[in-house]
Amino acid sequence: MSLAQLELPPDPILERRAEIQRRASQTIGRRTLVSKAFLAVLLVAFVVALVPLGSVIFALLQKGLASISWPFLHTLPTQPSLIAQNAIGGIGNAIEGTLVISGLAALVAVPMALLIGLYLAESQSRIANFLRAIIEIMTGMPSILLGVFAYEFVVVPMKGASGLAGIVALGVLMVPVIAKACELAFRGVPSTLREAGLALGARSSRVSRGVIIPAALPGIITGVLLALARAMGETAPLLLVIGTSISWAWNPLHGMSALSLLTYNYSGSQYPSQRAAAWGVALTLVTIVMILSVGSRLISARMRKERR
Amino acid sequence: MSTPETDTDVSRTDVAERIRLSATSDRPYQWLLRGTALFFGAVIVLFVWSVLHTAWPAIRAFGFHLITGKTWAAGAGPYGALPLITDTLLTTLIALIIAVPIGISSALALLFLIPQKVRAAASSLIELLAAVPSVVYGLWGLFYLIPWFTKTLQPFLARITGGSWPFSGAQVGFSVLLAGVVLAVMILPTIVAISRDVIAVVPRELIEGGLSLGATRGQVLTRVVLPSARTGILGAIALGAGRALGETIAVAMVIGSNPQIPHSLFSSGATLASTIATQFGEATGSTTNALAALALMLMIITASVNAGARVLTKRAVSGAL
Repeated sequence: MSLAQLELPPDPILERRAEIQRRASQTIGRRTLVSKAFLAVLLVAFVVALVPLGSVIFALLQKGLASISWPFLHTLPTQPSLIAQNAIGGIGNAIEGTLVISGLAALVAVPMALLIGLYLAESQSRIANFLRAIIEIMTGMPSILLGVFAYEFVVVPMKGASGLAGIVALGVLMVPVIAKACELAFRGVPSTLREAGLALGARSSRVSRGVIIPAALPGIITGVLLALARAMGETAPLLLVIGTSISWAWNPLHGMSALSLLTYNYSGSQYPSQRAAAWGVALTLVTIVMILSVGSRLISARMRKERR
Repeated sequence: MSTPETDTDVSRTDVAERIRLSATSDRPYQWLLRGTALFFGAVIVLFVWSVLHTAWPAIRAFGFHLITGKTWAAGAGPYGALPLITDTLLTTLIALIIAVPIGISSALALLFLIPQKVRAAASSLIELLAAVPSVVYGLWGLFYLIPWFTKTLQPFLARITGGSWPFSGAQVGFSVLLAGVVLAVMILPTIVAISRDVIAVVPRELIEGGLSLGATRGQVLTRVVLPSARTGILGAIALGAGRALGETIAVAMVIGSNPQIPHSLFSSGATLASTIATQFGEATGSTTNALAALALMLMIITASVNAGARVLTKRAVSGAL
């Protein structure tokens, strides 16, 4: 065996690897620099995103707290006049209106959404898939369109704006959101639980009531509270259908007041006192919405922990 | 000795009976579920029909002029929605141009750069901000952004561009630009939250593979993470767009409610949704019908954008699992 035979021809793959390694080490300084600059840009974008959001919270607290007082929260509004421009009274009936309208809407929407969620979780038929698609699309439907619907179906036949029309609009708005959350929660229940119930001879209605719904409860509660929070903040559909009221209105067949709508109306008022009070109304609304949002997280987190 | 046998027999027939019952007599329950589902389906059909029915006289009377007409005048007409459609698309476009780069960058920063402890807090803050009612963002735009626009931003933009298009015209605050900025702030939490979710399911092996081959962190993010989360991010953008297109009250508060085709970004305007909100209350007769036609256009636009978004996000999540 001669030495000449041991000298292998140059391997193209090894040469290529050496070339890549050479270029990688040549460019590593520049590439690290570019990478660091890019990561810095990402961080700056994150801070930039927080600025307007922080500004919204700051504005709410600063201007809202200034106009909120205990009488403001539980008395009725009064109409300011040119002589008594600061006599705007309170927002008690708007708080009441918001709670009544969204509460009654939830009362109708929750059982319906629960049953639809059960149906969607148990069925794979063509009708179920179609309904699922419709519900997906309805969750993104602009709420003003449901205002138009409630106007045509409640306000026109009743010949007048009413809290009931608002309940219809918000109810139809809530059902898809809750139904979707329920379906997800039901699908998360292990099928072994369900089969165990059926194997013990329980009817499927009994299994749903005794096994599936209790097991899915954290998800259901989260869905309901989030939908309720969203419905309370809705302004556009209420603007078209609930009219106004400056007194306590427990009868949903008449016009009602609501926090979201009052915020909008006050913001365009000719009286500076009402424009300033718009922030107080908004802060009250946001406080209720945040209690529901944060509450839903806490409740579902606690229930999940207890089950473990 | 015979009693236990009888007992077993009894319980056996009992179980058999129960099984038979559970198969047959649970029909009421099945019908309840099916009936509720069908009832809600009927409500949705009624919803679409009511809008279509109210819009029909306007569609018959004005036909395609409803979409192509350049003048919108409530009361006597003409009812041309071209300015409204233009403003709807323009404000959404402005919102996306601002919110998409910032939103995706924030999602990347949130997942890969922010310390673990801050991440949870920042994540829940963003989700809570998505729950803030839109009227509050409108209020903020009206009382905080308008002064800033008229005193600072608009003069600045006009100065650096020499007052030329698209930053020309009166600097009154109320404008399509302001509406776009408010929308951007509103859809930012949505875009951050959903892109964070779809980026989080990018397989770890891909990221580690990229790093082990000597790519820098920035290169991994731009050439590995973003491409593999592409579909889901598109879905997040489409969902944000759907929200911006249909947003009503915040836009109505800051756009100036002036149905015209904008000649610059400083022009006031009116979108499909904001026009329905501001004019429906006082509308009668043909104006109501024309407003319902706007509602129909809005329904078709948002339904298609949202359907597209759902397909994209669903494909992204199931494709990654």
